[in-house]
This record gives sequence, structure tokens and C-alpha cells, in this order.
Amino acid sequence: MIRFLLRRLLWFVITLFVVMSVSFVLMRSVKGGPFDNERVLDEVIQRNIEARYNLDWPLWKQFLQYVGPINLDDDGARWFVRDEEGFHLAKGLHWFQDGKLLVQDPGVDAFTGVLAGDFGPSFRYKDWTVNEIIAQSLPISALLGMVAMMWALSLGISAGIASALRPGSKLDLSMRLAATAGIALPNFVIASFLIILFVFLIPLFPVAGWGTLRHMILPGFCLGLVFAAYIARLTRTGMLEVLSQDYIRTAHAKGLAPRTVIMRHALRGGILPVISYLGPATAGILTGSLVIESIFFIPGTGSHFVNSATNRDYTLSMGVTILYTVLVYTLNTLVDLAYTFLDPRIDLESK
Amino acid sequence: MQTDSGLALRQLVAFLLLLGVLAGAVLLARGARLEPADFTFNNGTEVQTLDPATVTGVPEGRVIRAIFEGLVIKDPRTLEPLPGVAESWEISADGLTYTFHLRPDARWSNGDRVTADDFLYSYERFLSPATGAEYAYQLWYVRGARAYSTDIDDHGDPIHDFSSVGIQAPDESTLVIELEAPTPFFLDLMAFYPLFPVNRRGIEEAKQRFPQTWTTEWLKPENIVTNGPYRIAFRRVNDRIRLVKNELYWDRDNVAFDTIDITAIEKDSTMLNFYLTGEANFIDRLTSNVVPQMMPREDFNPVPYLGVYFYRVNTQKPPFDDPRVRRALWLTIPRQTICEKIKKMGEVPASSLVPPLPGYEGARARPGDADEARSLLAQAGYGPGGKPLPTIEIHYNTSEAHRDIAEVIAEAWAQELGVNAKLLNQEWKVYLDTQTNLEFDVSRSAWIGDYADPNTFLDMFVTGGGNNKTGWSNAEYDRLIHEASRELDREKRARILHDAEAILMEEMPILPIYFYVTQNVVDPRLGGFYENVQDEHFPKFWYWMDDEELAAKRAAYPDDGRHEWVTSHGPHEGKYSPAQLRRRGARQ
Repeated sequence: MIRFLLRRLLWFVITLFVVMSVSFVLMRSVKGGPFDNERVLDEVIQRNIEARYNLDWPLWKQFLQYVGPINLDDDGARWFVRDEEGFHLAKGLHWFQDGKLLVQDPGVDAFTGVLAGDFGPSFRYKDWTVNEIIAQSLPISALLGMVAMMWALSLGISAGIASALRPGSKLDLSMRLAATAGIALPNFVIASFLIILFVFLIPLFPVAGWGTLRHMILPGFCLGLVFAAYIARLTRTGMLEVLSQDYIRTAHAKGLAPRTVIMRHALRGGILPVISYLGPATAGILTGSLVIESIFFIPGTGSHFVNSATNRDYTLSMGVTILYTVLVYTLNTLVDLAYTFLDPRIDLESK
Repeated sequence: MQTDSGLALRQLVAFLLLLGVLAGAVLLARGARLEPADFTFNNGTEVQTLDPATVTGVPEGRVIRAIFEGLVIKDPRTLEPLPGVAESWEISADGLTYTFHLRPDARWSNGDRVTADDFLYSYERFLSPATGAEYAYQLWYVRGARAYSTDIDDHGDPIHDFSSVGIQAPDESTLVIELEAPTPFFLDLMAFYPLFPVNRRGIEEAKQRFPQTWTTEWLKPENIVTNGPYRIAFRRVNDRIRLVKNELYWDRDNVAFDTIDITAIEKDSTMLNFYLTGEANFIDRLTSNVVPQMMPREDFNPVPYLGVYFYRVNTQKPPFDDPRVRRALWLTIPRQTICEKIKKMGEVPASSLVPPLPGYEGARARPGDADEARSLLAQAGYGPGGKPLPTIEIHYNTSEAHRDIAEVIAEAWAQELGVNAKLLNQEWKVYLDTQTNLEFDVSRSAWIGDYADPNTFLDMFVTGGGNNKTGWSNAEYDRLIHEASRELDREKRARILHDAEAILMEEMPILPIYFYVTQNVVDPRLGGFYENVQDEHFPKFWYWMDDEELAAKRAAYPDDGRHEWVTSHGPHEGKYSPAQLRRRGARQ
């Protein structure tokens, strides 16, 4: 287990570094910059703005500054200075003073960049840092994602079981049809349909916005539906396979109630495929919430993921990309761990 | 542990429960919910900043006008200058010196008096290269201002001292501004939101408290110091800004709403839904597919707006270097069809660059027909008997609305001129890059005037101007634009600008298509709101009418089938300012 986690950690560092470098280079090689506007500015003003965000630096230096942890800005830390007295640690930079660890004068920060946990200021939303934007929006996206996941699991698993119990029946057929429709229909179509139905015809829910539980039901449902459809299919297949196993026949033969056989014996093996799907599903819900967030006007992270790229908001785009990398990687690792608990046949060490 | 039967199910239930608990925890951690505001309007997008010095957009302007106040504000109906922080002003006979007298009761939200020194500080900051103010050029009409912002040393610091700029504060309540040349629209500029003041103490305190992050910290709702009718109570990116009435504002007696919410919905259908369910009381745009349904309603009253939709032509590239070819292209653009069949909101087909403005008579391009267009092409040596015209690429930024127009135009060109035209759409920032680098044939463009003056349109096309983007250059045009900027007499100036526009319409580096109209949908109960040519609206003057006043307003509607009553979501009893209430009390 420990070796598995260590190996994962190593790969995590490599993945993160690759994601960071590739998206940095891609972002900068696309035409157009964060401060290009319909109104072309006087050259001097344009240069001033770019200088303010260090965009006048060579690319490698911008990258180092972005990754950190050392602040390369002239106004930032000067670690060493050369003056009449020779070469020495910068003034105000005391490692220890009166037994206490001090790093820097107020006014200059020796550490910045991603490695110091600082994603920098947003280029478009100039009143906020990327950290603040993520701190505001991520809990909202997480909450929306959880509601979606609850919809997906509860609808998907119950539909899957119902289908598997009477394969080929009308119920099974209609469930499978619904699942296919759920996968095929884009969620904005479903969202529009539900808004007409549950907002305008039967006024049950608010049309958009965020704040109360009532605001979460519709967007959570729309976001979770496609995953519910996949989960229903996976549960059905898994259950059908398990139900044909000998031990199920044994359980029936022992005279156990059908309900007990299904819920206790069959389901355990039957939902294994669902568990392994939870990782990708969570990633999909997190990164796929853009459309739902925009239709239902939800201030989550999903819209930043796409809009920051079209706005050329370099820092926000990088910040959200890194955040998603970390989240998806962590969730996948957790799912792998969960798998070993559910299925004793799986051994993570012996891969 | 695997021997325990039913583990999977229990784990699943546990997982679902955990999700529920987590969701509940997040919900609780978010704290108390905001009470519904007196009034909510949708701003169309998230604002980029609240710092008046660095804002540029219309949405930012709407917020800035609510929380800050300049020397001058505008009358919501006529847009004429009204006293703001300055209670009066004098203009010298030569039009070069403006003396503003600040009112003694103007206050910042931290209790400080708004003084002339605040304006000195704000304008120094606005012009300073370090601030990176995009609109800094709007203050370059002031003596020495341009040199101050653009002459910089190797460190990017200004070479000149700020005292070289023609802005002085002889005392606390007097501000004297000297201009380079008489600028007839200077008072309008003073009411323009980038020139609103910021509080020196607020920024300096933030610098001390947050040495690392003060550039964003001073703008946080809890730190920002403002002087307008409203102050900021709450902000969340891509969600809303909550404004509350500023009880220190000098004219608080005339402010009606206690709270206003500004939402950031970008999606057209969502904002319309938000309005129709009464969650927003004012939205600022509509997609053309709902226009037929909205047109007869009392809450939708489009009026001409200071904007023009046009195509730029790359005049550096043959065959577009020939004015005859450009005119032929313009003559065959079905402008009327575009306005009536695609836009549908009452847009006006354009044959000049400058939209209709009071006090200015635009120079229209000569009307003509497809026959003239064909003979122009033949004169230029193209078409039957001449060189074949190459395929024309119509360049636009990705959007259905622009595509629809481009398709109609491409078809018309193919039909009338036998020219093959194809469409090229690009994502916004790439589109801007292509335009700036003149890598197009014909490119969709639009321009919204910064102030109600033809100059804001015409000075775009001077030789080498950053916004020219056509490669077009005409010495006589440049001379006229320059001459107009120094002409004091309004009528003479209008004539000079008219002559300049006539050159532009003769040479046609741009093909005007239509003039904009406003697209606001506003709750019928909202008072103090007036549609106007600059589409500028002022929360300071807004109030809810009561049933009686609304009935009176409806009784006065003309019988034109355009004022179908709709449900108002405002309060029946209305919501009036203290001053209005006193006046109403006195009347009864």
C-alpha cells in the first residue's frame, strides 16, 4: 500500500510538471494576449500594462516566476546584494533573529509562484487573485458536483438493478432506452426542457441562480443525468454477470429471500464496475459543469476553466488547470484504493 | 473485513451519506443568504475591476457610476452635465481653463471630505504609467498630460514632474484644469467614469495593511472607499455585486433604493428567463429570435444608440486598394434587408460612419444601385472583359449574429457582382490579432462612441491610428481632424468634421451597414430610467412607481400597438426617495 502511494506520488509530481509546462507554452503560443482589446491602445500604455504583469520578461523567466518558489521580481526579494561592504545577504533578510525564524522584510515577498501556493493575480478580473477566485468558486462547484453525483448514483443504480432483475422485460427496455437517451441528449437540451416544465409551466424551482437547496435540484439533475445513464448501464451489466454466478444460485437454494440475495450477495460484485467509473465520472462532472453553470447562472469553477482560455487570462487558466489536475489525480487514486477494499482479488502492489 | 456481507451496499449508502454531509457542511459554511434586493439588474458579464482608473467597458461603467461620482454627472434624460462633486464651474473665454468649485458636503464613505487634492491624486494616478490606465488618453487634452504619461525613463517612471500637468488645486474646494486646446466635449469627459476620483487615504492605508497584495486589497468590499450614491456590500465573481445606499452621500435625500443587485449573467436565454420570472428587473440585451415577441411589449422600447456596425476593408491589398471596388461592394450590401430580416429591432441602415447626433449633420455616401456597382467594377478593370475578381474572405468573430449578416452579404455579392465570397470566423482574440495585422480582406467591425461627439468615430481613421486597421491614409482627412480638435466654434467644428466624414464616405475604407439601437428590457414600474443615445443609466435616479403613477404612465402611452401591458415585479406601493416622499406628501 505504501509503495503504491509513493509510486503514485512520484507520477503525480511528473504529471503536474508536464501539465504545467505544456499548458504554459500552449497558452502563450496562441495568438492574442490578455490585454488585447477592440480599442487598440497607445503603444506606451500597452507596454505599461504589460510591464505591470511582467509580460515584458523573456518567456523562461515568466515561467520560473510562475512556478516559483523564488520571487524574481526586482521589487520582490533581493536575496543577495553587493555593496561597499561586499557580497552579503540582503538587508532585512534575516533567517534568525532573537531565536525566531524570519524570512523577509514586510513589503517584499521572497516566495511566490505555484510552489509557494500562489497562483498570482487574475489578468481579467483584476480585483481578485486566482487563489481568491478558486476559493470562492470551488466550494460551489463541489456542492453542485455532489448533488449531481447523488442524482447519478441513486438514479443509475436503482435503474440498473431494476433492469438486471428482469432482462428483456418492458421495464428493462424502457430503462435502457432512457439511459441511451440520457447519454445521447446534450445536457443543455435537457436543461431547457426541465426549465420550461418546472419553472414556467409548474413553478417549482427558481429559473437560475445559486443560494438555496431549491437552486441546486435542477442543475444537479441535469449535470448528473448523463452519468446516471452510464451508471445504469454499468450496474445492469455487472448485476447480470453476478446473477449468473453459482454462488447466487446457492444463495437462492438455501432459501434466502430474493431481496436478501440481491441486496447482500449480488449487488456487492455487481457495482464494482460502477466504483471504477466513479473516478472518471467525478472528473467529468467537475470539468463538464461549464454548460450547466452558464445556463443556471452558477458562479462555479467550471466556467473559469473555459472562459479564462478565451480571455487569455493566463494565470486563471493555469490555476484552474492545475487545480483540476490535482483533483482528478487524487480522486483516481482514491478510487483505486476503494477498489482494493471492495474486491479482495485486486492487489495494487503486484502491478 | 471482506467477509461481512452486504458491504458494498453499505459502503455505497455511506458514500452517499458522506456526500450529503459534505454538501450540508459546504452549504452551512457559506454563511447567511442575502435578502432580496430592492432592485436587480443584469450587467451582461463580470466586471473586470472597480478601479475607475483602469476600467474600460460598459458593464464596469454601470457599477462605477453607482459607487463613485465625478466632478460632473449627467442628466439621465438629456445627458447634459449636472453638478456632481463640483457644485459649479466656470470656463474661460478661450475655452482653455476650467475652474471647478467642489461642494463642501461631498463625502467619502470613510467620512472624509472629497477635496480638490483627491482629484489631483486621482489624476496623477490615472496618468501615471505604472497604473496602466487604458483610458489615460482621455485626459491627454489637459496641458502636459500626454508627455507625463508617455515620456518615461528606463525604469518605466515618468520623466516629468506631475506639476508640469495643467491640473492645480489652489485650495481644498477649487480645482483648475488647463487644456492643450479648446475641447468642446471636455465637460462630458468629466462625467465619464474613468475620470472619477479615488480616495488617497483608502489606497494608502491598504498599502500599509497589505504590503504584498494591496493592489487587489483596496478594492475589496470591506476596504474600498467610494463617494457615490451607493457603496459595495458584497461581491462574488460571476455572481453578483450587492450595492447598499451610501448614507454619507451628499444627495442621499434623492436616492430611492436601499439595495441594488448587479448580476453577471452572460447567457442571453438565462438573462431573459431571469427577467421574465422577476429575478432581474432590467436586462440590457436580447437575441434577435425573441424580438418579434418582445416588440409589442411596454417593457421593450429600443431607441437609436451611439454605435455603428460596419465592415473594414483592407485598403493595402488589391483589388481593395481601389476606392471604386470598395464602393461597389458597399452599394451591393443589402442593408435594408439586414435591418429588417435579421436585426429586426428597428436598426437604421447606415450610409455614414457617425450615427445621427444632435448638432452634427453627417456626410452620407451617395446612394446608388447594383448597376452603378457593376460599372464601377468594370471601370476598375474587373468583371466581364477585365480581370476576374479574386475570392473575397469575410472575416468576423465567431457568433451566430455576425455569421447571419455575413451570409446575406456574401450571397448578395455573388448575385449582384458575380464575386465569390466565403466566410472566415475566428475566436475573439485571434480575430483582433488578424484585424490589427491587416491579414483580412473585409472584416466585421463595430464602434460605440465614448461620448456624444462625431470625433469619437472619426479620429479612428487618421493615418497610422491604432484603431484605423484598414491601412487607409488621407492627408486632407488627417488635416481636417486636427483642425477640428482646435476649433472652438461648435458650428464651424461640425462643418469641418462633416467635410472629413465626406472624404471617408467617398473613399470608403469602411463599409457602413447599420446604426445600433438599445436593447434594454426594463420593468414598466421603474421610474427615473430613460432610454438615451449613449445607453447610459444612472441608479441614483431610479425608483419604483406606485400603482397610481404606473397607471398614469400607461394612460399616456400612444396607441401604436407597441405598449402591451406586462406584469411588473416591483412593489405596488412603489419605492421613493425621501425627497420624493416629502413632495408627494405636500401634494396630498
